[in-house]
Amino acid sequence: MAGNPSAPMQAKLVLLGDMGTGKSSLVLRFVKGQFFEYQESTIGAAFLTQTVSVNDTTVKFEIWDTAGQERYHSLAPMYYRGAAAAIVVYDITSTDSFNRAKSWVRELQRQGNPALVMALAGNKSDKSDERKIPAEEASAYADENGLFFMETSAKTAANVNELFYEIARKLPKAAPTPAPAGGIVLNNQQNAQKKKSTCC
Amino acid sequence: MNEEYDVIVLGTGLKECIISGLLSVDGLKVLHMDRNGYYGGESASLNLTQLYEQFRGGAEPPKELGANRDFNVDLVPKFMMANGKLVKALVHTDVTKYLEFKAVDGSYVFKQQKIFKVPSNDAEALKSPLMGLFEKRRARSFFIYVQDYELDEPKTHKGHDLTKMTMAELFKKFGLEEGTIDFIGHALALHRDDSYLAQPALPTVMAIKLYKDSMARFDTGSPYIYPLYGLGELPQAFARLSAVYGGTYMLNTPDAEVVYDEAGVACGVSHGGQTAKCKMVVGDPGYFPEKVKKVSQVVRAICFMDHPIPNTSDSYSAQIILPQKQLNRQSDIYVLSCSFAHNVAGKNTWIASVCTTVETSDPESELGPGLALLGSIKEKFVKVSDVFAPKEDGQTDKCFISCGYDATTHFETTMVDVLDMYTRITGKVLDLTEKDPSQIEGQ
Repeated sequence: MAGNPSAPMQAKLVLLGDMGTGKSSLVLRFVKGQFFEYQESTIGAAFLTQTVSVNDTTVKFEIWDTAGQERYHSLAPMYYRGAAAAIVVYDITSTDSFNRAKSWVRELQRQGNPALVMALAGNKSDKSDERKIPAEEASAYADENGLFFMETSAKTAANVNELFYEIARKLPKAAPTPAPAGGIVLNNQQNAQKKKSTCC
Repeated sequence: MNEEYDVIVLGTGLKECIISGLLSVDGLKVLHMDRNGYYGGESASLNLTQLYEQFRGGAEPPKELGANRDFNVDLVPKFMMANGKLVKALVHTDVTKYLEFKAVDGSYVFKQQKIFKVPSNDAEALKSPLMGLFEKRRARSFFIYVQDYELDEPKTHKGHDLTKMTMAELFKKFGLEEGTIDFIGHALALHRDDSYLAQPALPTVMAIKLYKDSMARFDTGSPYIYPLYGLGELPQAFARLSAVYGGTYMLNTPDAEVVYDEAGVACGVSHGGQTAKCKMVVGDPGYFPEKVKKVSQVVRAICFMDHPIPNTSDSYSAQIILPQKQLNRQSDIYVLSCSFAHNVAGKNTWIASVCTTVETSDPESELGPGLALLGSIKEKFVKVSDVFAPKEDGQTDKCFISCGYDATTHFETTMVDVLDMYTRITGKVLDLTEKDPSQIEGQ
C-alpha cells in the first residue's frame, strides 16, 4: 500500500491553542477560503479535510478542531492519538495566549507521538499595531523547541496556505501511523460490501 | 461556569457520554463534568501510572512492562457485538469516524473442564466436537429454525408462538440435550443465569440471531469487535460528538455537587464556589449516593500475561464463557483477553480479565475456574465493585441516573439502560434502526 503513488497520504492534523486565537478561522480560510469576523465557536464539524500536493506526494489532511474542549483544559487523549502534525496557535496581540501556547507545546511533547510535526502560528498578523509578542521572541522559542514558526492572518489569508504546505513538506514520507492490519472501519459502505456474501 | 444549561451531565462514563452526545445533537445546551482528570469514569481505560495509582497505592509500575502510554487497561472489560445496539448507536451518530475497530479472534465456551469454539450456525454445529453425532443433527435443525425465523413472517414460525412458548419448551421440541442447551443459552444468547428457560422464547431466539448476524458481519472468528486503544475511546468519541455540537467539557471538578431547590428538585451543579443552573441533571450513581441502591456486586481480575490464553489457537483476543452449570454456580464466569494487537498493552503483552457476579463472601476465589484457564500470570489486579441502580426514574427530582456496569461481557445491557434513560429524559424513543446498514440496502 505504501508504494501506491496515486493514493494520497492521510495525515491527521490537530489544532491547539486558547479560545479566540483563531484556530477555526485558520482552518476555514485554508479549506474553504472563507473568513468571518465573528466566527461562532466551532459547532457541528467533526473534522474538515483538504488535500494538498507538494513535490511528488499528495497529502490529505484530516484537520481536527478542539470543539471547545480546550476551554477547561479537557481535551481527550483521543484528540492527540495518531496525529501526524499539530498547529499551536496564539494571538500576536495577547501575551496570555502566547504563554498558554507554550503550555500546549509541553502537552504535545507529553501526549503526542514523538515524530509529530509541530508548527507555531502567531495569528492575527493583520493587527500588528496591537502587537504584544515580537516575532523574534516567538521565532526563538520555536527554534528551541523544534517547532517551525509563521505569523499568519486568517483574515487576510497571509501565510495560511504556506503554513499547511510547509507542514505537508515536513511530514515523513511514509504515513506516520499506518492502520494496523485487520482494522475494521464501521461505516455503511463497508457493511454494504460485507453483506453481499450472506444475502439470501 | 455561572451559566444556565438545559442539562448538566456528571461523570464521563460511556453511558453519560452517549447521552451527552445525543442530547447535544438534539440541540440541548449541555455542560458535562467529571471529578476525575480523565475521561471514562468507571468505564475508563487506564495507562500504567493510573492503574498503579488505583490498585497499588501509587507504586511505580515495573519498568519491564513497557511504556506507560502503550497501555490502555479497561476497568470494565467488554466486547462489542458487531451487529449489536452499541454499533448501531455508533453508526447512527456517525461517531465511527473517530474510532477504529478490530475483530476479536475467538469465542469459546467451557465444558467439562475444557474449552471449545462456540458454533454459531448449522454448518458449524455439524463440525463441533461439543456434541455427539445425533445431537449435532438436532442442533443443526434448531439453528436452521432460528436462522430462518423472522418475526413478521408467520410461515417461518412453523406453528410455534415464541411470545407464549417458553425457551425450555422450544429446546424440548428439538430434543436438545442439557449440555447443548447450556452453551446455546450462555455462550450464544449470552444469558447470565438459567431464568430465561422459563420465560418466552422470543428474546432468546433473537439473541441467538444477533450472535449469528454479528458473526457474519465481518466474517471473522467471533461475533465481537473491539476498538483499538481500548474501550476508553468510546466515551471520548461520544464526548467529542457532544463538544462538536456545542457541549461544554470540564474535567477535574472533584467538588462537583448537585444543587436542589426547596422541593428537592435538581436545579444546578456547584463547583469551585459557583453554581451552574440547569433544568435536569444526568449522571452515574457515584454522584447521587442518596438516590441509588446496591443491586449486586461484581468481581473483576485484570491479569497481565506474556502469552495468549492456552488452547485459544494463540488468539490475540478471545472470549471464554464458563456457564454457571459447569461450575455449580448461579452466574457465569467470563474471561476476556486482548493484547498489543489492539494497542492496549506493550509489545508481547496480553491482558486477560476474569469477572463474575459475586455470590459468596470470598469474591476473589470465585474467579478461580476462570483464572485457572489463563496459564502463568505476571501481574494481577483485583477489584470488587458494587453495582448501583437508581431508586427512582427521575421524573420528580429531575435526576436521571444510570445503572452501574454489570458483569456481562458485551454492551447490550449497557445500551438498554442508555436508551431507557434517553426516553426518560426526552420523552422520545431513539430509533437506531434509522441508519441501520442492512435497512439502507433495502433487504
